Amino acid sequence: MHSIPGRRIVMALYLLFLLLPIYWLVNMSFKTNGEIVSTMTLWPHQPTLENYRTIFTDPSWYSGYINSLQYVVINTVLSISFALPAAYAFSRYRFLGDKHLFFWLLSNRMAPAAVYALPFFNLYSAINLFDTPWAVALAHCLFNVPLAVWILEGFVSGVPREIDETAFLDGYSFPRFFVKILIPLIASGIGVAAFFCFMFSWVELLLARTLTSVNAKPIAAVMTRTVSAAGMDWGLLAAAGVLTIIPGALVIWFVRNYIARGFALGRV
Amino acid sequence: MEKIVNQKAWFLVLPVFAIVAFSAILPLMTVVNYSVQDTFGNNQFFWNGVGWFKELLDPSTDLGGRFFASLWRNLAFSAIILAIEVPLGIVVALAMPRHGWSVAACLVIMALPLLIPWNVVGTIWQIFGRPDIGLLGYTLNGLGINYNYVSNEFDAWATVVVMDVWHWTSLVALLCYAGLKSIPDAYYQAAQIDGASRWAVFKAIQLPKMHRVLLIAVLLRFMDSFMIYTEPFVVTGGGPGNSTTFISIELVKIALGQFDLGKAAALSIVYNLIIIIVCWVFYTVMTNAGAERRPTEGSV
Repeated sequence: MHSIPGRRIVMALYLLFLLLPIYWLVNMSFKTNGEIVSTMTLWPHQPTLENYRTIFTDPSWYSGYINSLQYVVINTVLSISFALPAAYAFSRYRFLGDKHLFFWLLSNRMAPAAVYALPFFNLYSAINLFDTPWAVALAHCLFNVPLAVWILEGFVSGVPREIDETAFLDGYSFPRFFVKILIPLIASGIGVAAFFCFMFSWVELLLARTLTSVNAKPIAAVMTRTVSAAGMDWGLLAAAGVLTIIPGALVIWFVRNYIARGFALGRV
Repeated sequence: MEKIVNQKAWFLVLPVFAIVAFSAILPLMTVVNYSVQDTFGNNQFFWNGVGWFKELLDPSTDLGGRFFASLWRNLAFSAIILAIEVPLGIVVALAMPRHGWSVAACLVIMALPLLIPWNVVGTIWQIFGRPDIGLLGYTLNGLGINYNYVSNEFDAWATVVVMDVWHWTSLVALLCYAGLKSIPDAYYQAAQIDGASRWAVFKAIQLPKMHRVLLIAVLLRFMDSFMIYTEPFVVTGGGPGNSTTFISIELVKIALGQFDLGKAAALSIVYNLIIIIVCWVFYTVMTNAGAERRPTEGSV
């Protein structure tokens, strides 16, 4: 036996703690504002889809989701394709300054976004990328590329070097070896790294909001619109919140079998 | 595995170096530039030397006072959430079911808070804690506890801490769970034959295996809580008063709110230096832990 006594109860309580606030958001998203403000109800007594209809029919709402997904996907693709060769290099070779470089990369993963908000604003305005998904995608590379290198290095190190050597003896060129042999071998690692890039780009708001104004406004920034002269539109805010949870939940479902190893960054 | 010395590996690293340098070094140069200058508007800048830094590190000035207040506040916050999340994460990892469909179900639910955008996390707790429309606030007040995170400092802190525990404990738990899963069953069987107690198993087998992932967990949690911005900003806006104004919130106030570029830049540099030092300490400990572990592997 290697579990603790009463583990079912502990687990059940913890999951309840995680789910209650989310349930409350979902609950509110199906209520009318009248019901939210006037009575305390544990489930919607007059369920309505009005809040969701508003979001799906108003372009200024749903374009927020499209914008967010756009820069998240660009960022994930960029991060992975840049990080793959570097992860291989860090895993297989020693070279001048390798340890310092690795540390420097890691330290950027930890850099506070608040420090970069203003300089990024200046930088991306200067190169005319301000208010495009590219600006946000590139800005998020600051912390996602180092993270991807870190994760992939762990997975590449799990592939025995004999495989490289055999491939080269068989006459594989380096690019061909990379695409035909290495990438399929670390496919789960790439999935995990992509998951993390998606996650951190999807949840970040400060930079995404600073680097966009109208055309590329992320959903997280659009949500502030629910505050109006007439007061808060709680139902609409809750519905928008619920819709931001769904992409994350879908992605988790796809990588559920790799989550545990992935969170250990391939280093267990 | 001994690595081969090969300087050509730099070609493989170069793209990463270029893209991160573009995002990290260029903006930092702007920051350094601002930090030594003063401006009276109209894009006219004057050399100010280390003036901003002097003001920043002197607690008797307005800027210095705000900096140190937010720094201590932030360190206290990080200490509190680490003290809660690390033990709780270990307990949750130990409580994970071992097989069947419930493993996947638990993993998916646990990972859910991690993928919610940070402002939505703030929104969820803002709503959940409100005395009029939120389940938590309504219930607490119904029980006779006068809870209001908008006006009461203690309630604001409690809300922000509980929110962070809700948001991030799963990360610690998932890391520990990954460490636990790598323990072969033979270890437990041996412990059983020896008649080891539950506590002995934890101390001699499980904790050493979690050592490395726990380091990663503490590093990530410390760093992310040290630069927390969005979640408390949405819930409390840094208030009541300044009671939940953490460093990043203070920095954004100075930089984008007041547009005090020099002050903000000096603060950014000191902030970054603290982070790099902490990061370096962890990196050294982690690399050493990895080096020490290798020779003894398999001889537990």
